[in-house]
Amino acid sequence: MAGEIILKVRDIHKSYGSTEVLRGISFDVQKGETKVFIGSSGTGKSTLLRCINQLTVPDRGQVWLHGEEVTHSGKEINRLRQKIGMVFQNFNLFDHLTARKNVEVALIKVRKMNRKEAGDKAMEELVRVGLEDKADLYPAELSGGQAQRVSIARALAMDPDVMLFDEPTSALDPELTGEVLQVMKDLAQNGMTMLVVTHEMGFACSVANEIIFMEKGEILESGSPSELICNPRYDRTKQFLNKLGELYGDIGRQR
Amino acid sequence: MKDLLFIREVLIPPLLEGLAVTIKLIFFSIPFGLLAGMIIATGRVYGNRMISFLCRAYVIVFKGTPLLMLLFLIYFGLPSLGISFQPFTAAVIGFVICNGAYNSEYIRGALLSVRTGQLMAAEALGMTRGQAVINIILPQAMRRALPGISNEIIYLIKYSSLAYMLTCIELTGAGKIVASRYFKFTLVFLVVGVFYLCLVTIAGRILGFLEKKLQIPGLIK
Amino acid sequence: MNDTITLIFKALPFILQGTFVTLKIVAGALLVGFICGLALAVGQVYGRPFLSGSVAFYVWFFRGLPNLVLLFLFYYGLFPLMGLDVSAFFIAVTALGLRSSAYQSQLFRGCIQSLGEGQMMAARSLGMTRPQAVWNIILPQALRISLPGWSNEYPILLTDSAVTYAIGVMEILTRGNLVVSRTYQPMPIYMTCALIFIIMNYGGMKMLHLLERRLQIPGFGRGEH
Repeated sequence: MAGEIILKVRDIHKSYGSTEVLRGISFDVQKGETKVFIGSSGTGKSTLLRCINQLTVPDRGQVWLHGEEVTHSGKEINRLRQKIGMVFQNFNLFDHLTARKNVEVALIKVRKMNRKEAGDKAMEELVRVGLEDKADLYPAELSGGQAQRVSIARALAMDPDVMLFDEPTSALDPELTGEVLQVMKDLAQNGMTMLVVTHEMGFACSVANEIIFMEKGEILESGSPSELICNPRYDRTKQFLNKLGELYGDIGRQR
Repeated sequence: MKDLLFIREVLIPPLLEGLAVTIKLIFFSIPFGLLAGMIIATGRVYGNRMISFLCRAYVIVFKGTPLLMLLFLIYFGLPSLGISFQPFTAAVIGFVICNGAYNSEYIRGALLSVRTGQLMAAEALGMTRGQAVINIILPQAMRRALPGISNEIIYLIKYSSLAYMLTCIELTGAGKIVASRYFKFTLVFLVVGVFYLCLVTIAGRILGFLEKKLQIPGLIK
Repeated sequence: MNDTITLIFKALPFILQGTFVTLKIVAGALLVGFICGLALAVGQVYGRPFLSGSVAFYVWFFRGLPNLVLLFLFYYGLFPLMGLDVSAFFIAVTALGLRSSAYQSQLFRGCIQSLGEGQMMAARSLGMTRPQAVWNIILPQALRISLPGWSNEYPILLTDSAVTYAIGVMEILTRGNLVVSRTYQPMPIYMTCALIFIIMNYGGMKMLHLLERRLQIPGFGRGEH
């Protein structure tokens, strides 16, 4: 697949105090591609995602979206962020707003849509994640899986070019992860460009175009699922995959 | 420069005298306020219906009455019934009544938070109810109520200024007299303000230290 | 006994006019305290170090001074010094309002901070500017959480409003004292005044609790997921 490159990440560095969380990360993302980031916790995967939409400002390095620089974009960042949807581990739904209003609010306040238009668009997105009947419930009345699907709808409503998923299923009970992963699979199949931090290897194997293994703030190796899982170059990668296998069941079988 | 001289020579001496009265007012009020709070709270939680109701009424009445109102009632009102006090005594009585009402709310909350098992265990050892409450429950509850009580002590320091309205010349009163005589209101009341800020800040430190000191090891909250 | 009742009934209309003044002081101070307190809280949480330091100083200053000293400072000192000739009522609202703002700001600050960073991040990730996120996402939630604490300001301001007697505002206590100075019957008059305060206090709290229940959102206030 040699499509158009829509997101370029170059040499991202980030330190907190004396700990270097990211030590020079670079990669390209093609339109319609899904990249999955794996690696043990604390290797900077989440920080990397936040650096892409500047929720965390990297110390060094650049990010381009459609050839436009996202880093150092000043006030433009608010326009660019609309094009980069983000889904958080803890959903971060706005607790004072119903599901539908959660999806609407940025359309009205940021995109300046009128209420009617925004309401229709919000319903459309809720239908897409299969939650049209929960539109008037508040976040506290939703299950974790439903809440995460609403937060996906909220991000999708801005018509993003890229979606960032930061461990979208880690805060969910195991029986609720399936519904969220299914929504993500559908998105990928419909051509959404996605960067996903996750430990769900089943999802990674069936959806990812590329799996990136991160270790200590660097990309240790990357490749297609079959390459990386059947034939990891480094022992460290093998160890990590084995550990995941022990924790989450045999990866091969899930494929 | 002239202002500095004024502060040092004219203002500070009477303010220090006033400060002594303020501190006396506070020191007399704190222990009785605590005692009143404990009695009312205990009455509300462990008393029979009648006592519990009376204690609750006390809290509603004295939390609802402005302190200044209460002070007037004691100092200007009671003499018409043949009961009269010196300004200082009247002020302390008012502070204790009011402080007790507020303290009792914190202590009551703390009493209710002490596990019921504690009372049962004490009674199982042969203590009477009264003994159990005084020896076992109250010492625990008072520790839990301390942050709230500290707050009330800080309030007490500030409200002690109301004693001036009964012609008890404490810090604020001393300042008012100097200010009126020399017509330097802004300066005087700013200096008086600094005195109170120091008092409140120091008291806050001491109370914070006390809270830490009285904490029971391993018992969170 | 009958004389006393007659006296009270004769004085009551005059004293009751003071309840409106008292209520106006309380409402005015609550409003000033709310607006300034909210601004202070936002400044303290989201402002640069210098700004949040200044807010901390402001809070320390206004919380540390007795009402009486503050009223004297404004009434005899600062306002005349600035050449402003304003009513005692205006000064009462300003002084009590600024003091209340110091307390309210700390309440709002606590509520904003209890929301956690996630809400801000989610709002920013959708392209909201910081002010947009504060206005549309953070404040609506923080205000709802703060309501129970906020209703405590009402009884505090109500009882504090009596101190404005010291600068001659015609509120309940001032009127009561005027009656006393004419009739030499302190007990019944003071008791009547106290009763008015107690009723206002108790009734007001009941109404605020009702309001709290009205504004509740399902499951809201249980904290983060």
